[in-house]
Amino acid sequence: MLRGLWKLTWIELKIFLREPLGAIGTIVIPVLVFVLVGRAVGPKLPSASATANSFIGVGLPVLASILIAISAVLSLVTIISIYREGGILKRLRATPLRPQTILTAHVIVKLGLTAATLILMVLAGKRYYPVGIHPPLVGFTIALLISTCSILSIGFLIASIVPTARFAQPIGAIIMYPMIAVSGLFAPIALLPPVLHALALAVPLTYAVSLLTGIWRGDAWSAHLGDVAALAFVFLVCTALSAKVFRWE
Amino acid sequence: MRKTYGSTVAVDEVSFDVNDGEIFGLIGPNGAGKTTTMECIEGLRTPDRGAISVLGLNPFRDVYQLQNRIGVQLQQAQLQKRIKVWEAMDLWASLYGKKATDGERLLEQLGLADKRNAWFMTLSGGQKQRLFIALALINDPEVVFLDELTTGLDPQSRRAIWDLVRGIRERGKTVFLTTHLMEEAERLCDRVAVIEHGRIIAIDSPQNLINQHCPDRSVVLATDDPQGAERFRAIPQVEAVTVSGSELTIRGRGDDLVTEVIHCLSENRIRVTSFRTILPNLEDVFLKLTGHSIRD
Repeated sequence: MLRGLWKLTWIELKIFLREPLGAIGTIVIPVLVFVLVGRAVGPKLPSASATANSFIGVGLPVLASILIAISAVLSLVTIISIYREGGILKRLRATPLRPQTILTAHVIVKLGLTAATLILMVLAGKRYYPVGIHPPLVGFTIALLISTCSILSIGFLIASIVPTARFAQPIGAIIMYPMIAVSGLFAPIALLPPVLHALALAVPLTYAVSLLTGIWRGDAWSAHLGDVAALAFVFLVCTALSAKVFRWE
Repeated sequence: MRKTYGSTVAVDEVSFDVNDGEIFGLIGPNGAGKTTTMECIEGLRTPDRGAISVLGLNPFRDVYQLQNRIGVQLQQAQLQKRIKVWEAMDLWASLYGKKATDGERLLEQLGLADKRNAWFMTLSGGQKQRLFIALALINDPEVVFLDELTTGLDPQSRRAIWDLVRGIRERGKTVFLTTHLMEEAERLCDRVAVIEHGRIIAIDSPQNLINQHCPDRSVVLATDDPQGAERFRAIPQVEAVTVSGSELTIRGRGDDLVTEVIHCLSENRIRVTSFRTILPNLEDVFLKLTGHSIRD
């Protein structure tokens, strides 16, 4: 059933790295910014306040992870739209390739690039940020994988609905980035005004932030089953909806 | 079959058979329903009504089985901008397993061997089209579908591609193509179906269609002989002779008209300074059948 998956994934990865800003935009720049900020801020950290420490120690890695996941999703949305507009999706479909194989290949490429960026960040972070933070990296990776799949499914839904490549990226950004604001990263959800509080509970990213933050802090998975369930629910609903409304041309 | 998009009827009760080993052309103006018909047969679209059978398979139900046995070239298709020619061939070959033919040889035959490391976006229109033909042939398909394959190409590339298509038939394959170029249909197709507004209005070999719908032929010649017109009118096959200065247009029916005119010239020692024939073509057939030119 997945005939051609690995070949297509490998080719899509190579094609992505051939893009003028492909590798630089997704991997080099985020890591570079992280390192530069680390250099500037890192040495002053021990004297900083407790809140700042909590943000640097927990909020920042979670924010960085989510931003990378969202940028991967937006890039996926754009690629799907361009492929659809150019008739590439249709051409690939007129072969024994299954539709799900084509889409899976793109998801694997995006997950791979997200992972590569994060590994580089962790390595860079070890140098510049206070030692003494020992997050459970395997658990965090799994949590991030769950979160990213859930966000990806929202991306697919956007890619299914947005008609042209020109609008895909901005519409994706308009939907994705404001979610961060109410997700509990900057202010605890409980402190938000009622309307925003309700909104926060409806936004999938809130559960991703809760899960990632908790796992980073060392919480047990059992404390976050609700988050995982919410993310799985979003994934299933969005995937089912995209399967219904996705257009190949 | 019948296929509608919203309230627009794209294909309305189209029905035909394609024989094994022939080049069959679906011809008509843009928007006549050619691509819709073809894509339903390829399994890319589902007709609203009707029954389609390709190689004994139902294109909708057995689409993957069918894709294994056919080759498809789509109208206005693209590949990833930065995919290399050999990567595309390699990917396609991997999809068909052992059935795949030698991609390198195909590239050679299609004159793309020196482009195997080029990105898709750097290829010319003709090269892209040849690559799509190569991809359509990589699984040694039993039926090849070609949708408007020479649109936008220069006359030289066009002729080269026509030779390629004839080569496909010579290897015993069936070719189903669409075109709005009547010259292409006339030179390439064993049989054509003329489609307009989603309906097939005629189906036969190009020559039979011409003989049946446009039996008129004309000879245009220039002569100073004052009795010329009269002599030509005496030929039984001639229906009308119009004179415009020294130029005479002799209109008649049947294959013998030209021979008879030449015979008359030599018998009466009529001196001509120019001589040409106007033979009807598929373009004229289309005009006769629909009342308008295919380009309108």
